[in-house]
Amino acid sequence: MRINPRLEQNAVKVVLMVLTATTVGILLFIIGFILRKGIPVLSPAFLSHNPVDMGRGGGIFSTIVGTLVLTLVAVLIAAPLGVGTAVFLTEYTWENRVTRIIRFGADCLAGIPSIIFGLFGFILFVTKLRFGWSILSGGLTLAFMILPTIIRTCEEAIKSVPASYRQVSFSLGSTRWQMVTRVVLPAALPGIVTGIILSIGRSIGETAAVIFTAGSALHLPTSIFSSSRTMAVHFFILAREGISMSNAYGTAAVLVISILIINLLTYYLMERFIRKYS
Amino acid sequence: MTTAIRVKGFSHFFGSAQTLKGIDLDVLRNEILGVIGPAGSGKSTFLGALNRMNDLIRGSRTEGAIEIDGKNIYDPDINVAELRRKLGMVFATPIPLPRSIFENVVFGTRLAGSGSRTGLVGLVQDCLEKTTLWEEVKDRLDASALKLSGGQQQRLCIARVLALKPEFILLDEPCSGLDPISTAKIEDSLRLLKRDYTIILVTNNTKQAARVSDRTAFFLGGELIEVGPTDRIFTTPDDRRTDDYLRGRFG
Repeated sequence: MRINPRLEQNAVKVVLMVLTATTVGILLFIIGFILRKGIPVLSPAFLSHNPVDMGRGGGIFSTIVGTLVLTLVAVLIAAPLGVGTAVFLTEYTWENRVTRIIRFGADCLAGIPSIIFGLFGFILFVTKLRFGWSILSGGLTLAFMILPTIIRTCEEAIKSVPASYRQVSFSLGSTRWQMVTRVVLPAALPGIVTGIILSIGRSIGETAAVIFTAGSALHLPTSIFSSSRTMAVHFFILAREGISMSNAYGTAAVLVISILIINLLTYYLMERFIRKYS
Repeated sequence: MTTAIRVKGFSHFFGSAQTLKGIDLDVLRNEILGVIGPAGSGKSTFLGALNRMNDLIRGSRTEGAIEIDGKNIYDPDINVAELRRKLGMVFATPIPLPRSIFENVVFGTRLAGSGSRTGLVGLVQDCLEKTTLWEEVKDRLDASALKLSGGQQQRLCIARVLALKPEFILLDEPCSGLDPISTAKIEDSLRLLKRDYTIILVTNNTKQAARVSDRTAFFLGGELIEVGPTDRIFTTPDDRRTDDYLRGRFG
């Protein structure tokens, strides 16, 4: 049977629009639902006070701090490792069996469920290395979890820098390292930052890997050896133990809003950066 | 005229393919040497051998020697970055880096580590004047180089090479993507630059070689067929293949 091409064209258009609308609709529904339930809970006091009575009262200040510090530690460890690995793979080796194995390994790691990373972090950092439930253990675990993503996104970003830029840089007498720092990395920066931001988003929202390694202590962390609870873990415990659904939604709202702010800020900074360099 | 570059029995291979076959050629100081030949004749490879840009291609291997100031540039103790500064290269398509006009010109200078902006202003003006670009861009040195027209970009690329204070300028079909007016401007610059530099011009456009080069070398299938004063090569070449190529019988 032959379908009239114009009819087909219109039908496809409608179907694609419905699919898009569904996707966007689900997304907006989730965000709207959380914000509608959560925003009434939000207040300056909710943001600036520590939880009281397991989270039934008080605010979520210590979990905000915990989330920020943990994410910071993870990114500070993973970003240099990831960018360095990506630079090595793209600029300092020819494509060969070893680079393919490394890349394949990174892809496999990226697909491993986060709870496995949590278990691994618990065994290695918490017990074997005796870091205990701490920001250090949690940060290291998160770092390993986001490392593959950072490596692969950075690699793609670096590969998308035109080969001709490298040629020009070399022809003007640059060493390889000068070429990397002055030509390749600035040109790849938007992509690299995007990869890191994606990873930050994953770290902030991560629960399973964190609860095993950073613990769930409610007090304000005092050092990287303190156990600490992140917002995501706080939400999980509040909701699962049925401690306070309203505070759980409040926490979720703060999480969603902070991720939105991070993304917007990044787009803004990247726009400015791109305008400056091109 | 003295010899500036002496190429002695030089061969080049990419993997198992031989792309240059025992080239013997002297480049004279302050001449424009035109290099012509059909696609795949090895002329660009020859250019890339002179500043060792070919090293960057996987599987690249050489035999024989290329001597500059009596020293083989393929000796292990050669500083390749310095060598490339001495032999500045201009590519077929203009490749401005994504930064300002000013920063493009001083890119190589900054690599060498010398650098406050005030100290570089004179250099930038000088290099842009030599490529007849100064008047067109002097009011917007901080504008992005990517916003220039193709011809302006290519002159910027030449200015960027001049800023290296090279002895040689290697041009790889520098006008292949440009209109006749831009091409004429670049050819004018080359005639001026000849006083201070030795220029090797690879071109697909035999008329361009006839217009600007003092001597012309004809490459075919990785071999140097012949080299001589441009008017002789274009009127009474020794080799029939040169004559055939210039008359458009092949290539």
